[in-house]
Amino acid sequence: MSFFLTQTLTGLASASSLFLVAAGLTVIFGVTRVVNFAHGSLCMLGAFIGWSILTRLPRDPAWFALGVLGTAAATALIGAALEIGLLRRIYRAPELFQLLATFGVVLVLADATLWLWGPNDLPLPRPPWLRQFVMIAGSRFPLFDLVLIAIGPLVLAGLLLVFHRTRWGVLVRAATQDRDMVAALGVDQRLLFTSVFALGAGLAGLGGVLALPAGSANLQIDLAVITEAFVIVVVGGLGSIGGAYLAAVLIGVLQAFGVVVLPGATLVLVFVVMAVVLVVRPYGLLGRDRGESRTDAEAVTLQRPAGLWQITAAGIGLALFLAAPLLFGPFAMAIATEMLVAMLFAASLHVMMGPGGMPSFGHAAWFGIGAYGAALLAQNLATPMPLALAGAPILAGLAAFAVGAFIVRLSGVYLAMLTLAFAQIVWAVAVQFVGLTGGDNGVLGVWPADPRGFYYVALGLCVGGVLILRRVLFSPFGFALRAGRDAPARAAASGIDMTAHRLAAFTLSGATAGLAGAIFTYSKGSAFPTYISVSHSVDALIMVLLGGIGSLAGPIIGAIAYTGLFDLLLATDFWRARLGAIIIALVLFFPAGLAGWAERRR
Amino acid sequence: MIVLAVSGLQKRFGGVRAVDDVTFSIVAGEILALIGPNGAGKSTCFNLINGQITPDHGTIHLHGRDITGLAPRQIARLGVGRSFQIAAGFASMTVRQNLQTALAAHHRQSWRFWHDAMGAHVAEAAALLARVGLAAQADRAAGVLAYGDLKRLDLAIALAGAPGLLLMDEPGAGMALAERGALMRLVQKLAREDGMAVLFTEHDMAAVFAIADRVVVLDRGKILASGDPASVRANPVVQARYLGSGR
Ligand SMILES: Nc1ncnc2c1ncn2[C@@H]1O[C@H](COP(=O)(O)OP(=O)(O)OP(=O)(O)O)[C@@H](O)[C@H]1O
Ligand SMILES: [Mg+2]
Repeated sequence: MSFFLTQTLTGLASASSLFLVAAGLTVIFGVTRVVNFAHGSLCMLGAFIGWSILTRLPRDPAWFALGVLGTAAATALIGAALEIGLLRRIYRAPELFQLLATFGVVLVLADATLWLWGPNDLPLPRPPWLRQFVMIAGSRFPLFDLVLIAIGPLVLAGLLLVFHRTRWGVLVRAATQDRDMVAALGVDQRLLFTSVFALGAGLAGLGGVLALPAGSANLQIDLAVITEAFVIVVVGGLGSIGGAYLAAVLIGVLQAFGVVVLPGATLVLVFVVMAVVLVVRPYGLLGRDRGESRTDAEAVTLQRPAGLWQITAAGIGLALFLAAPLLFGPFAMAIATEMLVAMLFAASLHVMMGPGGMPSFGHAAWFGIGAYGAALLAQNLATPMPLALAGAPILAGLAAFAVGAFIVRLSGVYLAMLTLAFAQIVWAVAVQFVGLTGGDNGVLGVWPADPRGFYYVALGLCVGGVLILRRVLFSPFGFALRAGRDAPARAAASGIDMTAHRLAAFTLSGATAGLAGAIFTYSKGSAFPTYISVSHSVDALIMVLLGGIGSLAGPIIGAIAYTGLFDLLLATDFWRARLGAIIIALVLFFPAGLAGWAERRR
Repeated sequence: MIVLAVSGLQKRFGGVRAVDDVTFSIVAGEILALIGPNGAGKSTCFNLINGQITPDHGTIHLHGRDITGLAPRQIARLGVGRSFQIAAGFASMTVRQNLQTALAAHHRQSWRFWHDAMGAHVAEAAALLARVGLAAQADRAAGVLAYGDLKRLDLAIALAGAPGLLLMDEPGAGMALAERGALMRLVQKLAREDGMAVLFTEHDMAAVFAIADRVVVLDRGKILASGDPASVRANPVVQARYLGSGR
């Protein structure tokens, strides 16, 4: 009984900080319709700023409370600056570009934090009152956790009060329903959006600083928190504050018990819960269908097969790749292989995201399954390379088919979130099932017998793979797929089975990414969990969006540009900030991607 | 021969009874006009018949077979084609490719991964485009068509399925008077020569009374009157509620 009670309380305590961050995210999304990837970074800033403030203040509860509020105010200001400086300019841009821009912010803020506070974890020295315990049902329970438990519902009540009882809140809710209508009422939308963003950022900062006593300010917070917050917001229903609290409690409590009952599988547990909720209630616990059929600007432009200049460029590119080992030696060969793999990886994402209309935040899952599949086949079953290279895409394709069967019916952000969830599960398996995967150490020693021979194998597979995808996209299947994306009701009324087509595209996309992963494994001689990380999924997204989602040329150009850029920048200090700045600039100045831009210039 | 028979059809959205106890049928080669003021439930009827939404009550039979609750793609394969009030083409394709896609679906070829879609059904597509008067626009992007042309494309896509029953939701919207007349005559010809049953709605009463064999008047979801065009036009209730004076 006491175990049950204390675990529940622990769960509720973590639910509170989860809720604070998620509430900010959901409020921002509700009004601005921007999925703010940088929300976790705001939370991280909250932790660091909070650390700086609290370590300088007297160490009693009243000053602590003041410091916490000051931190929230500071992050709110940063949020407002972010909104005015960047987001305001991209509200009309396609959803994925907004996402990309906010990911650029993540990178910039990560390096800014590193620069300001240094690389070390900063724990908060805990004064006696923060270390106190109370006796509950015969066991000791941290006093601060009780405070946290109370803060969650308090903030929830406060938010509900603000949104239902103040003029500002009513306007915000109206904007959530219909922002053009609110604009028509003569309300200053810019001010409304900025204040909403500031509120959301303040909540993120609050969540960050309140998590300090139990942990530390560290540079991993941004991505860890954003994944959790996404999960909670999606499970609760996008834009629903009450739903966010429910979901936070559900997941907090589940984690608290999971740690004890199923140690090592908590991550998997969380994402399984999310998957189950979304399969049963596709719009989250308290979410509603908002008729979210916003077509991206790219979707409505004509898609043409490659013209003469594109074929010429591709021919020159191919010649360069063929000659690379002879002309430039082994180092160039390594970079060239990376580019080729990136190209296939990005092209595979393009299939589902472009013609398929299914954005993915977790494309690295299939890449990782292919990479580990090949590595484990080679290591454990002594499978020869050709068989391992053939087996990997089959494994990845099967996994994609199984997952896709549940999720291809969903649309937009929800689908993207579930792909993210699945990628996190795969990642957790790679990290946590040490016996099979070697955990963080990875699977090592998977080298091809003949490196130069392998380079040409990789070249053949990657170029061949892209050509196959191209052929499929211009087949009746590819057209039917695109028809379903362009006008779902029209396509269905013509007898096209859109769900089945989407599932097939999802599977094809997964299998191709798996092939890319297998090739990558052989080129690096190893498979690591980083192949499946969120940032690797984002790499693929960036490559596709960088090149432009309108045609298959886009991801190819994007992959080569991004890999080149990455390799150039990687050698420099603060490469993330530079990369982030470049991404932001690209979104602001080339919203149709490089290929789209070139297309338009002709 | 009865092609379509709907019986006791009902659909509510929240408190609104969009379609309320609607019963009618169409025989082969017949042109039935469904008319009524805005919000009468005409589009909802179409959506119910092609399976886009499911009725709360009532049944829909096609050639004597109960199709209530089937998915739109299944109903399409049974030979029901439709156009949409808000016409939608496949915007990322040319006009011709729109037709090629629809024709491939009609010929059950949407699962061909290795054929060249742009080389298939070229002649058939051209014939359909010529029929609706879009031949000159074949290579234009569907996303940039004028609205009237988009309606034409929508109709051509519906016709690509060689439907035995054609549903047209305001086919002449966005067209000039003469164009609309030509389109209506085309539909009439298809009905007379191929025995296609047609159910359509149109706000232009001249067009309705020019080609309809029978008219059903809908008002707030209920059937207000039905019969041949002359008797419906003469019906005092219809005159008072809908046709008014001068319409
Ligand atoms: N998806 C929906 N959700 C809620 N209400 C709906 C929906 N579709 C239609 N309605 C309502 O049902 C009623 C009938 O609408 P419907 O579109 O069928 O009318 P209509 O006769 O086609 O009108 P119009 O001539 O303007 O096209 C209207 O009151 C409309 O608001
Ligand atoms: Mg209508």
